[in-house]
Amino acid sequence: MDQHLQELVITVVVFALVLFFTVDSPYFFTTSNAAALASFIAPIAFFALAEVPILILGEIDLSVGEVYVLSPFLVTYFYNAGLPILLGLILALVVCGAIGCINGLVTVKLHIPSFITTLGMTFALEGIILIGSNGAPANPVGTGNLVSWLGGSTWAEAFWALAVVGVLHVMLRRTSFGLHTVAVGGNSESARESGIKVDFVKIWCFVLCALIGGLIGILDSYHIGSIDPDTPGLTFMFYGVAAAVIGGTALTGGRGTMIGASIGAMVLGILEDGFHVISVSSFAYDLILGIAILVAMILNVQIERATIRGAGHGSFARVIGLIFGRRKVPVRQ
Amino acid sequence: MMPNVATKAPTDVEDVLRIEDISMSFGPVTALRNVDLHLRRGEVLGLVGDNGAGKSTLVKILTGLYKPDHGRIYLDGEEVRFRSVQDAREHGIETVFQDLALVDELSVYHNLFLNREHTVGGWFRFLKNRSMRAAARRYLDEIDVDVPSIDVPVAKLSGGQRQAIAVARATRQKNIRILLLDEPLAAMGAKETSLIIQLIKGLCHQTDISVIVIDHNYTHLFEVCDRINVIQQGRVTLDKNLSEITLEELIELMVQSYRREIAQPATGTFSEVSIETSIEVTVANQSVQDAD
Repeated sequence: MDQHLQELVITVVVFALVLFFTVDSPYFFTTSNAAALASFIAPIAFFALAEVPILILGEIDLSVGEVYVLSPFLVTYFYNAGLPILLGLILALVVCGAIGCINGLVTVKLHIPSFITTLGMTFALEGIILIGSNGAPANPVGTGNLVSWLGGSTWAEAFWALAVVGVLHVMLRRTSFGLHTVAVGGNSESARESGIKVDFVKIWCFVLCALIGGLIGILDSYHIGSIDPDTPGLTFMFYGVAAAVIGGTALTGGRGTMIGASIGAMVLGILEDGFHVISVSSFAYDLILGIAILVAMILNVQIERATIRGAGHGSFARVIGLIFGRRKVPVRQ
Repeated sequence: MMPNVATKAPTDVEDVLRIEDISMSFGPVTALRNVDLHLRRGEVLGLVGDNGAGKSTLVKILTGLYKPDHGRIYLDGEEVRFRSVQDAREHGIETVFQDLALVDELSVYHNLFLNREHTVGGWFRFLKNRSMRAAARRYLDEIDVDVPSIDVPVAKLSGGQRQAIAVARATRQKNIRILLLDEPLAAMGAKETSLIIQLIKGLCHQTDISVIVIDHNYTHLFEVCDRINVIQQGRVTLDKNLSEITLEELIELMVQSYRREIAQPATGTFSEVSIETSIEVTVANQSVQDAD
């Protein structure tokens, strides 16, 4: 019930924003703007969805933004190497999954905080992208239906986003794996004592995160029509985290929903698009984004304080716990 | 150094668990030395000892968390070795740890079924929430555990209710033979304490589950146990049925060992901790709950 409280609040915010922009500009509530709106919301939603399981675990993956930049380059690379495009797509996703696996393994097995692990991975990937592309933009490969399906057509990305929300929501709420993810994030010691393979759950969440990052990278490359090695992946990733937090995901671990994160992405997307429509400087967008994140975070922590005692055990959650002055999170050994 | 006052009760076929000659050290620190212990079917055995005496190490060995340096464990006369918690559990040993191993964020029934969920489907195991909820309701009614709702997160339950849920989760297992309780009455009010004591007694009478209870509060142990074992400095130094020892004698014994330590400081790293807790025992009798 508490879980739904913040979702409800944020849904009201979405309606309020839509109302505001509709009243303010005749161009906001139109079909042509709907498409623009979708292309603002979908990528943020994807990043948010990718981060939610990781954040529930009390970890964070900073590198997913660079995975997003890397994956279309991989597709091009495999295509130019002479592989059929479908195989290239699959291989690119496999590589992305492997990157997530490395993130997970280093974090879990070598006990490096995920913030550090994935920060290192972010810069490493950025370097690889710049070296591989020589700093020059490229064009996405392939033609025809495949391209339309993969984001070329107007609504493709939005459909993919909806499908992924559905699948991930079911995964998180209706499967053993989802339950174990929440359990590990809520109390990793308890989860371990219950016999849950904590490391296994964590590593797979990192793999899943990188896979979604890779997927959205490919979709966006076809949607935009070019691949830019200078794309600020880190910023995109933080939009995703912001959306997740606004949607009620606790940075302290143990709490978060895919639906909430999607609604959070809608808030950010509507704000970004709405400011374009009513011609407000994008500087103001960043200001409002900053305030929105802080307000959401304060609300989040207050709800948690009021309802749940105890705290998560992830490495990132400990940092957040320190910042917000919550009681010390016990560390295993 | 420590006179061995252990009076070995004869082991018999009724033993569901027998431990022989178990030793374990952590680096230079010896936690257990040649411990022998047995547990009869349907019996509640109380383990008493200062902090650091080795009780928790013993429990963790039985749980499959630690592997002893040497020694043997017999379950119903058969030698077993636990490779993991899961393995010990498959042999019918369930443990309720001090921290209860509950996840505050999850509902009562999800906690009851954690890592043993009812699921359908092969690779993606989909939760059968309705079936779990019904089973949880039925079981809690059966063992007389009262919670406001099985849908609330366990964070909203009282300490006693949380303990009851943790015990219920352990005893719900079909193959359970032995239940290990690590300070089940710590940090609990009088009413909740009697609730848990009733629960443990009820379980032992209704089923043939055997229970090992660790607790610092001897009064509570005397209410719930059939037999008491004292562990001091990694050894079992006393093994008496409840009829053979009184509360006063037990306290006197623990205090004696404390006095001896004062007179003749023991080597090893435990002495400081031991003195502290012994003082608690002496002063309070209604012993304080665990120091942490």
